[in-house]
Amino acid sequence: MKRFRRHGQESHRDRIKQELYGFNKTVEHGFPHQPSALVFSPSLQLLAIGTRSGAIKLYGAPGVEFMGLHDENAAVTQVHFLPQQVDLVTLLDDNSLHMWTLRAHHGVSELLETGRFTLTGPPGAPPSVTRVTAVLTHSSGDMLFLGTEGGHVFVVEVPGFRELEERNISLENVTNSLPEDYGGRRILEHVESLQENPVNPLQVLIGYGRGIMVIWDLERHSAVKHIPATQQLESVWWTEDGGHVLSSHSDGSYCRWMVAGEGTQSEPEKSEVPYGHFPCKAISKIIQLPTEQGPPFLFLSGGMPRASYGDRHCISVIHSKTHVALDFTSRIIDFFVIRDGPDHTGDPSALVVLVEEELVVIDLQTEGWPVIQTPYLVPLHCSAITCSHHVSAIPLKMWERVLSAGALQNTHYSKKPWPITGGQNLSPDAPQRDLLLTGHEDGTVRFWDASGVCLYPMYKLSTAGVFLTDAEPNDNMNQCTEGEWPPFRKVGCFDPYSDDPRLGVQKIHLCKYSGYLTVAGTAGQILVLELNDEAAEQTVEATVADLLQGQESFRWKGHTRLEVREEPVTFPPGFQPFALVQCQPPAVVTALTLHSEWKLVTFGTSHGFGLYDYQQKSNVLVRCTLNPSDQLAMEGPLSRVKSIKKSLRQSFRRIRRSRVSLRKHHVNSAAKVQEANARLEAELAEMELAPVQRKIEARSSDDSFTGLVRTLYFADTFLSDSSHHTPSLWAGTNGGSVFAYQLRLPPVERRSEDPVSAHPAKEIQLMHRAPVVGIVVLDGHGSPLPEPLEVAHDLARSADMQGCHQLLVISEEQFKVFTLPKVSAKMKLKLTAIDGSRVRRVGVAWFGSSRSEDYGESGLTVLTNQGDLHVVSLPGVKLQVQYPCIRREDVSGIASCVFTKHGQGFYLISPSEFERFSLSARCVVEPRSLVEVPSQTPGTTLPRAQPDGPSVAHRNSTRDTDDVAVLQEIQKSLEGYQPTFLENNVKSALAGGKVLTNGD
Amino acid sequence: MNKNHRVPSNRTLGAVEVKSKFGAEFRRFSLDRSKPGRFDEFYRLLQHMHRIPNVDLLVGYADVHGDLLPINNDDNYRKAISVADPVLRLFLQRKEEADYSAFGLDTLTRPKKTVLAAMLLRPDANRKKPLVIISLPRDFRPVSSIIDVDILPETHRRVRLYKHGQEKPLGFYIRDGSSVRVTPQGLEKVPGIFISRMVPGGLAESTGLLAVNDEVLEVNGIEVQGKSLDQVTDMMIANSHNLIVTVKPANQRNNIVRSGGAASGSSGHSSDSGTSFYGYSSPGIALATTPADIIQNFHPEELESDEDDEDLVMEVDGEAMPIPRTSSASCTIPFIPRYMPHLDLRTTNGALASHNRSGSLRTLSTADSGLEGRSLEEEGTVITL
Repeated sequence: MKRFRRHGQESHRDRIKQELYGFNKTVEHGFPHQPSALVFSPSLQLLAIGTRSGAIKLYGAPGVEFMGLHDENAAVTQVHFLPQQVDLVTLLDDNSLHMWTLRAHHGVSELLETGRFTLTGPPGAPPSVTRVTAVLTHSSGDMLFLGTEGGHVFVVEVPGFRELEERNISLENVTNSLPEDYGGRRILEHVESLQENPVNPLQVLIGYGRGIMVIWDLERHSAVKHIPATQQLESVWWTEDGGHVLSSHSDGSYCRWMVAGEGTQSEPEKSEVPYGHFPCKAISKIIQLPTEQGPPFLFLSGGMPRASYGDRHCISVIHSKTHVALDFTSRIIDFFVIRDGPDHTGDPSALVVLVEEELVVIDLQTEGWPVIQTPYLVPLHCSAITCSHHVSAIPLKMWERVLSAGALQNTHYSKKPWPITGGQNLSPDAPQRDLLLTGHEDGTVRFWDASGVCLYPMYKLSTAGVFLTDAEPNDNMNQCTEGEWPPFRKVGCFDPYSDDPRLGVQKIHLCKYSGYLTVAGTAGQILVLELNDEAAEQTVEATVADLLQGQESFRWKGHTRLEVREEPVTFPPGFQPFALVQCQPPAVVTALTLHSEWKLVTFGTSHGFGLYDYQQKSNVLVRCTLNPSDQLAMEGPLSRVKSIKKSLRQSFRRIRRSRVSLRKHHVNSAAKVQEANARLEAELAEMELAPVQRKIEARSSDDSFTGLVRTLYFADTFLSDSSHHTPSLWAGTNGGSVFAYQLRLPPVERRSEDPVSAHPAKEIQLMHRAPVVGIVVLDGHGSPLPEPLEVAHDLARSADMQGCHQLLVISEEQFKVFTLPKVSAKMKLKLTAIDGSRVRRVGVAWFGSSRSEDYGESGLTVLTNQGDLHVVSLPGVKLQVQYPCIRREDVSGIASCVFTKHGQGFYLISPSEFERFSLSARCVVEPRSLVEVPSQTPGTTLPRAQPDGPSVAHRNSTRDTDDVAVLQEIQKSLEGYQPTFLENNVKSALAGGKVLTNGD
Repeated sequence: MNKNHRVPSNRTLGAVEVKSKFGAEFRRFSLDRSKPGRFDEFYRLLQHMHRIPNVDLLVGYADVHGDLLPINNDDNYRKAISVADPVLRLFLQRKEEADYSAFGLDTLTRPKKTVLAAMLLRPDANRKKPLVIISLPRDFRPVSSIIDVDILPETHRRVRLYKHGQEKPLGFYIRDGSSVRVTPQGLEKVPGIFISRMVPGGLAESTGLLAVNDEVLEVNGIEVQGKSLDQVTDMMIANSHNLIVTVKPANQRNNIVRSGGAASGSSGHSSDSGTSFYGYSSPGIALATTPADIIQNFHPEELESDEDDEDLVMEVDGEAMPIPRTSSASCTIPFIPRYMPHLDLRTTNGALASHNRSGSLRTLSTADSGLEGRSLEEEGTVITL
């Protein structure tokens, strides 16, 4: 009986768990790591980016995002949309082609891989014959032309990837058609470029690496014309009237050739080296687009003078008399131009450039060509991220103040709306306003709108102005001097170089109600800032906190304190610093908490912790936690780095030595080879015998960095007796110690005069000595105490002060609940003893039930060193759920994790990307968007096809009908065996599956 | 020294001849063999005979083999009387002259339940050594034990290392390796965790129950299979105050042989492939001498209530006491100025300098209360334990 009942309870609990928890990785914010390919579909208005890790990401209007990952761990080298369709083809560097499609499912589009294909050459052919170097998606939408390293062009039918062998253009076909006098006819090299004639889909231009270009007639299967460029070919552009071909070359020149007329044209109509005289680097891509009135736009990538500016990453834009060399922050991956008009055939409106570290969009229709701020793909890492802090449910007033402060910083951006508008964002509006704050190496704090799918930059705070640093703020390189050649203009914000590593932001705490912010950094600096809507000029008062407390035997060998500007500094509207604490020794701040109601800030380093009253601008308490025998903590970061270096050097030496010894023995005679082999075996055996080993030893008080303060916490609770609750400060250290101080605050009306005092009340030494990573006080109902001012703003139920409070101490190994005020152990969960994982990150969250609106539970969100996420119930400290999330080897990903108050979280999957995840079944932020197939009726799709990508065409109607007829004819000639070939419905049906046969 | 055996005819006599030596002095007396009395009576008698009424003594006797054994309770007193042949030779020693550093440090705090009486009176091997100090059984403390012998396969060994508060390091290293296991599909090579090194003088080495190349199967009852080296390391460290390691010894020759044979070798044969070459040469020490009749079992609930896992709560002056304490008398400080939450948002929300000097009378009273509170503080104990 009893057993049955208990079983029933368990299943009931299981059901509640299902309603509360659910794990999803929902969206990736930021800029993809190592992008390698870019393409744009004018008809879908979607942008696609491929990466070196095999990911493919699609972006449209803000909020419209899709992501796919190739199973192969290979870089995406090219991406092409099929014209007028929702399909795209990717080429990986393992030479495989993949077909992806956006399929609508329950009203939401999904990106799915629908097929894959690798070219197979004739038996015995070298791999270069089928190594794809150029891809052309034909405007008919069902043919791919694949140019290869061997110089052949293969034709493949899509979406099914069926080789159309009879249509292939082999190297022999081309060489035979070449005139006898062409010197380089024997070696044409690889196919560098394939271009379709914008006005005649039956003509395709094949550009070979050696320079020669051949216009090939698909119908007659013969060369129409040869263009004998003599320089190594980099790219080809067919102007949209079909009259000219532009070619760019490796010597930094570009040529314009007339297409009209048959046979060989020996000289280009125009040949120019834009940055000439001295040797130049290659022009890797060239685009020319006409305007309604006036001269065309010419876009050139590269071509800089090799000696003087060979290291610049430039795109030159030439329009009439305007010539600008846009100087980017990192290597250019690719670029495209967006055009106006309903058919996207009008004037160029925006230049979109993908560089290695960011996406830059330039407004070409506004004077001065300003940059348009990107709503997604923002470079989170423009300076390396050093920490992050999340604040949920920001009050509207505060939100607007931050927004308006941010708007003042963005005046240099173009006012034009975001030009990429594909798809519909169907995600519901975010239920609340969430802020993600990232601290950076250069001393900035960036505020991001993290409410929805797009991580949108709101405001940037710089703390460097408070200090004297080497770099003066005025030496800006953006000013371009008159008459400079090339006419550089710096664009982009990626700037990984920090003036002073001490400025790095390590800890952030924001009070969303009062607008007080505290920011702490690498050199022991703690700034307290206040949100102010007006610019203000003020001096920041510095207070030194001597954390050593007279322990003179120690010598700090690390960096020095930052020097503070003594004259008043003008701070723009936004968060303005008004108080500064500098720790001595100036070690990195490891814990930081602000209590805006009590106007106190507490901070900790590896030496101790302090309490600062920012109303009176004075230290209340300084406590040294240092263990006298801990020398390592004293030496500072520099000597520690040295020791790591030393050990690295040793291990390298060991490797080298073994290599050297091997090489020495690999000399001529067979006996010696044998000896070497024996030796190798012995060495291998030795390596096996001396593997990685781990010492099993209990932690002792003598361990290093036991005094490092890991967590600080303010609580209004029953510290000394069960009838009076008082303000208290709690600190937890790396050595498993917890220090509790009772705080005495003067009444409100005397707050600015009477001193705040702190008195030691309790010290707990956890017997297992694991680092204390979190301290939480639970009220009489077992819920965590509310944040300061939360109750005053009616946003939280006030804490229950009737029942007994409990103290929850979270160490890396255990969750332990103690009673208060009498600190006796009540419950514990020994995580490490059970499964060997250790707590790396912990947060308090509220989980709402997905089924009933009014039910919810508090819980701890925990990330372990194994990369697993756990939810631990409160106050019972029981494991609820466990999900693997991050690879355990990804130490920086685990260290970067930050939890929200509603069961979501963020962690860095690369230096520039946050992965957003959700542990809550109710609170999930994920992209939901729909992309519809461009509305075209089946019969007319093919001939009317507006080719996508570079080969945007402009046609008049009479020509259109001609094209239809011609095209249909060649199609028919192609497919006598396949009558349904042209029918779109078959194609779309086939697109659904991976297998494509003959269409029956 | 005194190895002259006598004919056992004297045994029939009712009296036991006692020859007691204290320092250089001898006393002779006799006791009734059938009514030896209790140990404390005997102890007082000795003090009386030697006229050293206030001296604490360690009492030892030479048994038939010439071994020096202690007499410190009724049981071994009776045993000593019964084996006296016929002379009972006693050796008395001042307790304070004994070298106490050899004994456990926390003799008074340690509860009695951990005492294993039967293990302690092993004959000392070296007879030539000067007088060995033998302490009371409860002064001994186990440092290690083999447990769960009845439920484990014979090829496995579950070792409990008692760290307690002692200074001796646990003292061993573990590494990755591979072992061969019998599975329904046949032999299979699987990754495993092995002991790679012993720290000389460490707890692990001194017990002799663990050896290099032993495969670690469980830590405190939790299987390590599928766990990384770092995870197992963390598990062991997390359990270091009371570490229970189940190993498959590399040296399988010292296994405990059970007559019952109830347990079946369920996990089959496994051996560290990397060590077969010299695995048997590793020193397997004290196993042979371990009494096979002591079976300790490991109960998971014991872990939960282990008294070693007590955290310390310290007062301001640094005096430490373990928690929880039994005394429930919590003294409350009668007057502690109570903090009133500042709910008035107008004052907390920015204009800092504006509110002040509202009433000097109140200032006085708060200053007073602050003073009182502080004087209490200085006395130290605000803690209520």
